[in-house]
Amino acid sequence: MTIQFNDETFRDDYSFHNSDWAIKRFPFPFHEDSYMYAVNMEQHRGGPEGSVYEKRFDVDEHYISEMRDRAMVLADDPLRCQSLPHMTLAGWDLLELIMVSKSEDYPDLFELHRDGDTWRWINKPLGIDDTFTFLDETTLPYGPMEYITRQTQGDFCVLDQRDGNLWMDAGTVTTQADWSLDFDIGMNFFEWHAPVPLAHEKGIFERALKFLLNIQQGAPARRLNWTMTVNPLLDTSPENYHKWGVQKTTLTPENIGAKQHLRVELQTFFRLPRSNGLVFPIRCYLCSFQDLMTMPKWGRRLHRVVRDLPVELATYKGFIDNRPMMLDYLSQFDDGLPTSPGIFPDFDTEPALQK
Amino acid sequence: MSAAPQKAKPGAEKIAVNVTAVVPLNDLVTRFEFQRSDGDLFPPFSGGAHTVVTMDDNGRHRLNPYSLMSDPADLTTYAISVRRDDEGRGGSLFMHRNVSVGDRMTITYPVNLFSLDLRARKHVFLAGGIGITPFMAMIAQLEHSNGNWELHYACRTPALGTYVDELRYKYPNKVHIYYDDQNQAIRLEDLLDGQPLGTNIYVCGPKGMIDWVHATASAAGWPDANVHSEEFLAPQPGEPFEVRLCKSDKTITVGEHESLLEAIERAGVEAPFLCRGGSCGQCETNVVSHDGTFVHRDHWLTEDQHASGEKIMPCVSRFAGKSLELDR
Ligand code: HEM
Ligand code: FES
Repeated sequence: MTIQFNDETFRDDYSFHNSDWAIKRFPFPFHEDSYMYAVNMEQHRGGPEGSVYEKRFDVDEHYISEMRDRAMVLADDPLRCQSLPHMTLAGWDLLELIMVSKSEDYPDLFELHRDGDTWRWINKPLGIDDTFTFLDETTLPYGPMEYITRQTQGDFCVLDQRDGNLWMDAGTVTTQADWSLDFDIGMNFFEWHAPVPLAHEKGIFERALKFLLNIQQGAPARRLNWTMTVNPLLDTSPENYHKWGVQKTTLTPENIGAKQHLRVELQTFFRLPRSNGLVFPIRCYLCSFQDLMTMPKWGRRLHRVVRDLPVELATYKGFIDNRPMMLDYLSQFDDGLPTSPGIFPDFDTEPALQK
Repeated sequence: MSAAPQKAKPGAEKIAVNVTAVVPLNDLVTRFEFQRSDGDLFPPFSGGAHTVVTMDDNGRHRLNPYSLMSDPADLTTYAISVRRDDEGRGGSLFMHRNVSVGDRMTITYPVNLFSLDLRARKHVFLAGGIGITPFMAMIAQLEHSNGNWELHYACRTPALGTYVDELRYKYPNKVHIYYDDQNQAIRLEDLLDGQPLGTNIYVCGPKGMIDWVHATASAAGWPDANVHSEEFLAPQPGEPFEVRLCKSDKTITVGEHESLLEAIERAGVEAPFLCRGGSCGQCETNVVSHDGTFVHRDHWLTEDQHASGEKIMPCVSRFAGKSLELDR
């Protein structure tokens, strides 16, 4: 299908909005009525047609506006994009992976023409047509990682693999759920995950790391993670907490349906062939509570998940204070009926709300 | 989440290839070159990567890992060099005797368990015998990016010096050769002593050589993280033993010349693997019960795990005793 790109903002007047199409394909992260951390990885080899899992790098109606927001964040704070000197080759790997994937998956939007090391890249939505020499940094306006991540939705952590660990040695991070690349740069898998509650004790990170170290070329993987965000803000960084933290106190029973957003990250993992590094794209999807409630199954389930979530997780995810108000709102959409298994909304088969 | 739930697949992704060249290099070593059967380019790879080659030996499947030794910048051709092992279980003999130009084979996507540390200011390669192969690709990779490297390569005799002439010709100032039959030996202490800060050492060769390099470097105060090694463990033959596979409800016998992993596969049970050489961890299997002794040979499990009797790596390890039950 051809995508109608929205003209919208993720700051100030928050004109961000989801079309019916975007709501239907929203990656609702709960496959059952409760949630706990788990080693929830699966292969990233397509998914149902039209879903966000189908393509290697999903492009949707928010593409152009998200890229505009990223450019503003980078202009204010260049440290959101960093690459240690040994990571340049991995940056080229990433550029190649994205250009090849997007031109194959969206031939009407992106084109890549390769003649030996001379590459021509056409990005129609952003109006880019550049010719450059592969592996020669001087022929691009930015380093290879920055160049391509300014044109691709989602944050990117580019990890070096050595000593049986992964090291956050490069990345472009402007749409993060309250963590900082500048703080985490150079850290290893256990160090950057230190703030996460409960998961260390459950041995989740040991097993997750073993899995990641073995991710192979041609066999990418994915998982979902989620949190809550008041207002459709992409940049919920610690650097800017003073700007967005206070917005959490603006929630009222009247505005919660429109202002409170479920924030879902589709995280994918790709082995990078030339550098043997790993790239971890974190793609953020936002959906307001009121839009989610248009799917009866999601209404029932979200209420149950938020209600039963352990205090540690609600605290870490930053919504413990607003949880009572969320539950007042969400309980209106839970009639106690059972829900079908799996993450998809099953709109045609699930019963309408019975109250 | 379960958009498309899938369980771990055995092995890396596979590529159908045609054998395009078979080049005997000396009495023991032959190079095999492959191109994709579909005419496409191969995926890029990094120096140090290996591929697992599937051989169809009269209906018996053999899967052996070999380092990719071609130039990573050349995506038209992958090459491996195989040393004939007359005492082994037959994989290399099969390659030498049965594989010829035009044959179709299956290889896996490259997997790298021995990669360059790209932070290193200098790379020092120590090769013993057929251990030269991963360095051929690493050297080509570094040459493209003006990397700083040197090679110290020990061979038995000039006649068995695989790729010695080519290396000496192309890189006369970076390549140092040592012949056993002329009593030449790498003077490792001296070599380590003169290296600039930020140097990384890589060793690939027989087990004795690897242990010697680790021990010598460690004694000279080198951090472990700067010393890299790759040793492909070929599964060793051993006494046959019986195994019960609980999940699949089967009892199998592991023959003298096959690995536990091969026996599991022969019984039609899918089991995960990548390297088939005891170092990737992918084939790790839980032991349900046992009465006997494990012959652990992998580099993956810790000593404590070996002692616990709770895990086994079936690609290289064996068992001797009354009974063994696995969670597979
Ligand atoms: C290499 C890939 C990965 C990177 C770069 C990464 C990075 C991060 C970062 C930066 C955080 C925020 C920590 C903070 O509060 O400062 C985080 C949180 C977390 N990570 Fe990862 N992670 C990776 C892979 C994984 C995997 C494979 C798992 C699988 C279990 C995982 C599980 C989690 C969990 C459970 C949290 C807490 C999230 C929440 O509750 O909102 N991570 N990760
Ligand atoms: S397959 Fe790699 S350790 Fe067994």
